[in-house]
Amino acid sequence: MKPIAPPAPTSPAAPTTTGGAEPLLRVEHLSTRFRTRGGEVAAVDDLSFELATGEVLGLVGESGCGKSMTGYSLIDLVDPPGYIAAGSVRLRGHELRGLPAKDWQALRGDRIAMIFQDPMLTLNPVLRIDTQMVETVLAHRRVGRAEALARALDTLERVGIPAAAERLRSYPHQLSGGMRQRVAIAIALLNQPDLIIADEPTTALDVTIQAQILYEMQTLCREAGTGLIWITHDLSVVAGLADRLCVMYAGRIVEQGSTAQVLERPAHPYTRGLLDATPAAALARGHRRGEALRQIPGSAPPLAALPAGCAFRPRCARADEHCMQTPPRVEAAPGQTVLCWHPLPPGAALPGPAAHAEARP
Amino acid sequence: MTLFLLRRLLQAAQVLFVMSLLVFVGVYAIGNPLDMLVDPQATAADTARVAAALGLDQPLWVQYWRFLANALQGDLGISFLHGTPALHLIVQRLPATLELAVSALLIAVLLGIPLGLWAGLRPDSFGGRTVMAGSILGFSLPTFWVGLMLIMLFSVHLGWLPSGGRGPTREFLGLEWSLLAPGGWRHLLLPAVNLALFKLALVIRLTQSGTREALLQDYMRFARAKGLPARRIVGVHVLKNIMIPVVTVVGLEFGTLIAFSVVTESIFAWPGIGKLLLDSITQLDRPVVVAYLLLIVFIYTLISLAVDLIYAALDPRVRLAGGQAA
Amino acid sequence: MTSPALPTEASGGWRALARAYAGSALALGGLALLLLIVAAALAAPWIAPQNPYDLATLDIMDSRLPPGSPSADGTLTYLLGTDGQGRDMLSAILHGLRISVAVGFSATLLALALGMSLGLVAGYAGGRVDAFVMRAVDIQMSFPAILTAMILLALFGQGTDKIVIALVASQWAYYARTTRGAALVEGRREYIEAARLLGLSTPRILFRHLLPNCLPPLIVVAALQVAAAIALEATLSFLGLGLPVTEPSLGLLIANGFQYLYSGRYWMSVFPGVALLLTIVALNLVADRLREILNPRLQPQ
Repeated sequence: MKPIAPPAPTSPAAPTTTGGAEPLLRVEHLSTRFRTRGGEVAAVDDLSFELATGEVLGLVGESGCGKSMTGYSLIDLVDPPGYIAAGSVRLRGHELRGLPAKDWQALRGDRIAMIFQDPMLTLNPVLRIDTQMVETVLAHRRVGRAEALARALDTLERVGIPAAAERLRSYPHQLSGGMRQRVAIAIALLNQPDLIIADEPTTALDVTIQAQILYEMQTLCREAGTGLIWITHDLSVVAGLADRLCVMYAGRIVEQGSTAQVLERPAHPYTRGLLDATPAAALARGHRRGEALRQIPGSAPPLAALPAGCAFRPRCARADEHCMQTPPRVEAAPGQTVLCWHPLPPGAALPGPAAHAEARP
Repeated sequence: MTLFLLRRLLQAAQVLFVMSLLVFVGVYAIGNPLDMLVDPQATAADTARVAAALGLDQPLWVQYWRFLANALQGDLGISFLHGTPALHLIVQRLPATLELAVSALLIAVLLGIPLGLWAGLRPDSFGGRTVMAGSILGFSLPTFWVGLMLIMLFSVHLGWLPSGGRGPTREFLGLEWSLLAPGGWRHLLLPAVNLALFKLALVIRLTQSGTREALLQDYMRFARAKGLPARRIVGVHVLKNIMIPVVTVVGLEFGTLIAFSVVTESIFAWPGIGKLLLDSITQLDRPVVVAYLLLIVFIYTLISLAVDLIYAALDPRVRLAGGQAA
Repeated sequence: MTSPALPTEASGGWRALARAYAGSALALGGLALLLLIVAAALAAPWIAPQNPYDLATLDIMDSRLPPGSPSADGTLTYLLGTDGQGRDMLSAILHGLRISVAVGFSATLLALALGMSLGLVAGYAGGRVDAFVMRAVDIQMSFPAILTAMILLALFGQGTDKIVIALVASQWAYYARTTRGAALVEGRREYIEAARLLGLSTPRILFRHLLPNCLPPLIVVAALQVAAAIALEATLSFLGLGLPVTEPSLGLLIANGFQYLYSGRYWMSVFPGVALLLTIVALNLVADRLREILNPRLQPQ
């Protein structure tokens, strides 16, 4: 492994050792809203979490729960009519919210990088790989083209691309989907960012390639001490990857804790429902062939028409009149919080009979 | 690549052959130029002599065969009126038309792409809407009418620019150029703007819709996530994508530009091939009309070949080896 | 005779169409302007203050008068001025408009009939017929319309019938292509298959069943092409290739006024030009709205 050039000396969020135990990223009460014809809609509602250096955070939820918008909010890529309405995002103690566009531009691709879902669409089809990599280096570093190219080559090799020198001169359409996603990951890694936000980067890929890329990303981030936020709808993807999990529902984090806590002792009925719906849980239950997997009844409500109080209430077997009020955030265990009036007791460990009513028809 | 070129050249030769047949039959088979050329009081013998001298007494297929054989040697006949080779007449005047058409194209592209980009980046702004409304106007105004208005405003009313003629030229590489002569641009400006207007509207619309399309793509968000400056995102990532349709359409429209120069040249008394064609049509000077048409077809074919090559250079997904990239 | 049910616009369909059209004030204005222009063109001989081609009524003393001047004998005010022969411009414009509109509409109708028939046959028959027709369409469309029209006029000479032929020749291909495209789509529908099974004759299937369902895109193309035909005719007449001097359309009026432009007598060219412009803009506004409401992809909710 060759060493990579040191990060830029002056960037708005350049690491400054404040001495205290300041986490890499601290998000507090973040809200992102959309102005629509029918009024305002909160896509991200009062989000708070932290991420330590080199830590992997899994952000899990069904499609439309606001997890992608959370990613965009952290890197200031929310397009109108959306806007970040409230909250604070601090990277190594530096407040990012309200930074001028110029500083955000310096930050993006340098301190914070993002990878998107479909590798077929994220690379510009008419530009060669070397162009798209070199420009990312040159946008943030005062180096010559040759040096930028050398770094691009080095990074491509690190993400496991064979014959990297040749690939550099290719156009995106000449590479497979897995290769393209590796290129996108290499572009994210180019400037050794402090934080990478990965928005379902393996969903569009084959299962085997998915596993490889997951493993490589994890290794690369651990080595470099890069914080990683992995957004996914698939609990099984993050189970072996993340240190901590945030489960999102309807724009809110309904449960967060260490991966072990959330997977083994879920406190929120929604998390429990998600876990019950996985094939692994079904097998543990003594699932018979041909039997449907256990599903959470109903479907996620549209953000524009959320029920009052707890948004999960209409789908929840434990709901009662308390749930008409906004639920409190309670600590289910040390380091594990849950947004619920009736959290599951810690004893209800998996695998076991579901604590709530049978959801199957 | 070589195979592609060969195939395209063969196709071009076929098209030229078919067009030469059509043009010849169309132009020679109908109407009688002798009525025009010979004094009405001339005797039948005189008429026959003139006909024989010009080869008009031969059967049509003999005339075509002779025409084709000569054409292959670069001889497209002698102008009935000027008594000089038709091709020579046209080649003499071609530079004036080309200078006009290229200037118009440059105006359309150099003005149209920035305006279209601007309107595409800010589709809901007042400026963006104004540009798009203006482009609709550019589509519906007849060229000749705009030409008249330009003359009325800039030549007659304001007296800033001359109303017609080519003005001073300077020789360069054996050809006469207005742009190289001092003050030559003043004569070129109005006709070039007049000719450019329609294409300008076209380029604006293409660029605007291309920009709006490109901005919705995932790779634009990724480019922003990489922290690229806006200058680079618009100037490289957007522009390179919209250049593909713009180059294709603009290239193919260059032929129309030459065809439409007939109108502009006649309004501004610009001594190009368009004016020559118009004069030749009204005076039944067939060899010149035929030579003009064949030349236009030839230019069209060359342009479409060039457009294909540029297209392949711009869009890496296109491969020329198949030869089917028509 | 029992015909299979057709998904054609019923009488209620037209009313719905009219209501959809009325959704845009600008388009309504365009339609009103268009109707006004067509009415003025039709009524020209009765509403024009003067018969501009009756030389007996012209007074050479009245030539080149600016707008608003009274005539020498005091019977008439020349609202839009007079031309070089003392002709009232307003009357000349009304008569010119009549010719321009007549040529534009008749050329469009003929081109529509020709192109539609060819396109319908090509789309329905397929195979070699289709290949041949579409090849001709491609060649025709690769050539600028103005060039085709110029060459034909060069061959045939001037005349109203000649310019209509030239316009038809340079425009039929648009209709043929549009009709063929629609016919290809509609031809695969079940109701055509049903008509075939009922043993209906081919012309009957083509014109009674297939055609009505290809109409919406054709209406849009035709509306745009009327404007193009009028503009092209004006251009050709301006160049002296179109209509003879005995039938001065707007293009010829503009050409006649051209020489006076340099001496600042703008009205002889500008007013006919404005009439031409209003006609084209009105037609474009109407066509644009029709495209919006007839395009299935832009269907208003």
